[in-house]
Amino acid sequence: MSMTGQAMTRREWLLSERPASRMQARLGRAYVTWRRFSANRLAMVGLFIIVALLVVAALADVLATHSPYIGDLKNARLLPPSADHWFGTDDLGRDIYTRIVHGSRLTLFVVVLVAIIAAPVGLAVGTVAGYAGGWVDAVLMRVTDIFLAFPKLVLALAFVAALGPGIENAVLAIAITSWPPYARIARAETLTVRNSDFIKAVELMGASPFRIVLRHIMPLCLSSLIVRVTLDMAGIILTAAGLGFLGLGAQPPLPEWGAMIASGRRFILDQWWVAGAPGFAILVVSLGFNLLGDGLRDALDPRSGDQ
Amino acid sequence: MSGGNLLEVEDLRVTFPTRTGKIEAVRGVSFALGRERLGIVGESGSGKSQTGRAIMGLTPPQAEVSAQKLAFDGRDLLSLPARERRALRGGRVAMILQDPKYSLDPVMTIGRQIVETLRTHEKVSKAEARERALDMLAAVQIRDPKRVFDLHPHEVSGGMGQRAMIAMMLIANPELMIADEPTSALDVTVQLDVLAILDRLVAERGMGLIFISHDLRLVSSFCDRVVVMYAGKVVEQLKASELSQAQHPYTRGLLDCMPKIGADRHPLPVLQRQAEWAL
Amino acid sequence: MTPALAVTDLEVVFDRFRALKGVSITVQPGESFGLVGESGSGKSTLLRAVAGLAPVASGTITLDGKPLGRRRDKAFYAKVQMVFQDPYGSLHPRQTVDRLLQEPLAVHGIGDGEKRIQRALDEVGLGAGFRFRYSHQLSGGQRQRVAIARALILEPSILLLDEPTSALDASVQAEVLNLLEQVRRDRALTFLMVSHDLAVVTHMCGRLAVMQNGEVVETLASPDLAAHRVEKDYTKRLLNASGGFVRDDDSSARSAHEA
Repeated sequence: MSMTGQAMTRREWLLSERPASRMQARLGRAYVTWRRFSANRLAMVGLFIIVALLVVAALADVLATHSPYIGDLKNARLLPPSADHWFGTDDLGRDIYTRIVHGSRLTLFVVVLVAIIAAPVGLAVGTVAGYAGGWVDAVLMRVTDIFLAFPKLVLALAFVAALGPGIENAVLAIAITSWPPYARIARAETLTVRNSDFIKAVELMGASPFRIVLRHIMPLCLSSLIVRVTLDMAGIILTAAGLGFLGLGAQPPLPEWGAMIASGRRFILDQWWVAGAPGFAILVVSLGFNLLGDGLRDALDPRSGDQ
Repeated sequence: MSGGNLLEVEDLRVTFPTRTGKIEAVRGVSFALGRERLGIVGESGSGKSQTGRAIMGLTPPQAEVSAQKLAFDGRDLLSLPARERRALRGGRVAMILQDPKYSLDPVMTIGRQIVETLRTHEKVSKAEARERALDMLAAVQIRDPKRVFDLHPHEVSGGMGQRAMIAMMLIANPELMIADEPTSALDVTVQLDVLAILDRLVAERGMGLIFISHDLRLVSSFCDRVVVMYAGKVVEQLKASELSQAQHPYTRGLLDCMPKIGADRHPLPVLQRQAEWAL
Repeated sequence: MTPALAVTDLEVVFDRFRALKGVSITVQPGESFGLVGESGSGKSTLLRAVAGLAPVASGTITLDGKPLGRRRDKAFYAKVQMVFQDPYGSLHPRQTVDRLLQEPLAVHGIGDGEKRIQRALDEVGLGAGFRFRYSHQLSGGQRQRVAIARALILEPSILLLDEPTSALDASVQAEVLNLLEQVRRDRALTFLMVSHDLAVVTHMCGRLAVMQNGEVVETLASPDLAAHRVEKDYTKRLLNASGGFVRDDDSSARSAHEA
């Protein structure tokens, strides 16, 4: 009884129309967003998948049953799924379950690094172009257009070919090819708020353009950018897997999911699990990111945020 | 016609479901309308627009509309099949909205929109429809109807757009017209021109008009009768000419708090809202 | 006496469209000056040109006798502030009232923020309970009060008011107008106020300029306007129109006849 009473007051405190401190206002806002997000069941499924991915990556050493690199070539080549090898073994006798568990680290590494590099670059380019206008806008957007004019995978291939194969270079190549859409989004968002009265009001305080972009425009572009990046994560994973598949991403013996599919390709009809298991992992994680992104879009949309 | 009343509204309620519970936008509104000009006045959130929309059948789908009686020309609107309701809408009942920018189709010429409206409600030849559309544009005092006929909505001024909107709404000869803030987006001088056109058409055609507005003074100078709404309810109904003798403190406060030219009142009297008005 | 604000032969051109065609007005210190006109008359453009938000093609604007350059400096913004028409568009949707009021202080490097914010909120009648709300948790009138508080927090001497009450309900309008008069008295402010509503302008301002098509038609004192001592036809028309709808006897007689 007293428990529910306390929970109620905490909820009321969060939902208060008259927050008494900065902290309470911020927490209240976060709580409203969380409520909107958690009401969406599919989004919660997506969140669960991504949290599971994080846990697996963090505890890979504990969860793995074998070594991801050293296989038993003599006794355990291409074994079907069994109690000992849950997802079977590959042509070098390595346990596929273990490799997938360790591969989650690589997937996260790629996704997070690409997001950290590409999103801020896109945000900065887009907001500056949108707010400055004139020739700054023209130059920045033409550069963006040049990047957009090439198909993503082809451009990434070219970069990797120039930089040399390897997972770091794959990340770099994907980042270089994925910022232009973010710049476009940020610019479009900036253009809608640039002439609004609340930006004019800040200009009338004498605030510098730098301050206006950084403190007033960027926060408004952030939510649509987060949504877009989350939705793009699936594509990033697929591009990374594609590069791995072509031998231009992670190099053997790294357990990268795309490279694992590539090596399992030869046995796909007889030993389907070699390519099937990493393929399924890519599918599930991509789906997770997509569901999460959809949920975030509904929860963060500033236009529906008036409640 | 039954009982001489064009429209009878009894205990109209409009409820919106929200995450925190139901919100009643309109809470038991009743009035009757003959072939007259009736003003519905209230501030934002008073439910005046939702009342008009509910009569038109334009309430958002998630909202619930209920009434003991909502009868147009003796026919119950709420039990009418959707098809007949649609036929009524734009045909015998028409609505003018606040901003012509949003209620006219931006990619269709004004003339074509008027012709289309006419041809959905009456079987007339294209040539005749064009002829009647031009006549209608002339009737709303557009000086060069032939030129305006071929213009797109963004090519005309706000006043012209609102006249075109009125022409479009009147082309099917409606018997009831609901005008929701029809002149609020217009300049004062244009506003009066548009009102004069509306006034003349209502008088000539014997239409019933519901004029929804926040501007008590404008409504009282234009309408025969005024319904004052507050928090989803009707607080007072009175003849426009007797507005100065209004009984309800809300009506009186609303009249009083507006600055008047020549009246030197500093500070302005402020409306003291009483909780019991909303009960 | 040096005028607080003088505009001489001001021209504003947007893409070849002459929004202002040589406009001149003078506003004395402590005066409340009104600009009236219909849409497209250039009244808001004039206000924005003073604030530095419109492209000035020629003409001069002087503040306390000193001409303003193309770029306004911080001292200007500390002296001149503006309240916008739409209370829903003039507050940042992602910032609390506290953050909104902090921003001008941060930009101008003013230290005693805590005290100033509390004072400003009290002054506009909101109190501390509103300090950490987001703008979507406020009504239109409350938002406009926050906007006024934001304009006052730098302690300016001139306030530019761009239709400050036209988006508000009549009863809320009365409250906001009273508040504006109150702060003007308390702080000896100079007002330059734009409105399409003659009644509001004559209530708030001592003198006013009637504008049409980018030009000043007539400059006159409010009492003269109230007494219908006007010279230009356009002013007369505006004055008549603001009296409400008048049915000419002809048509009402006809409708009565038909009934």
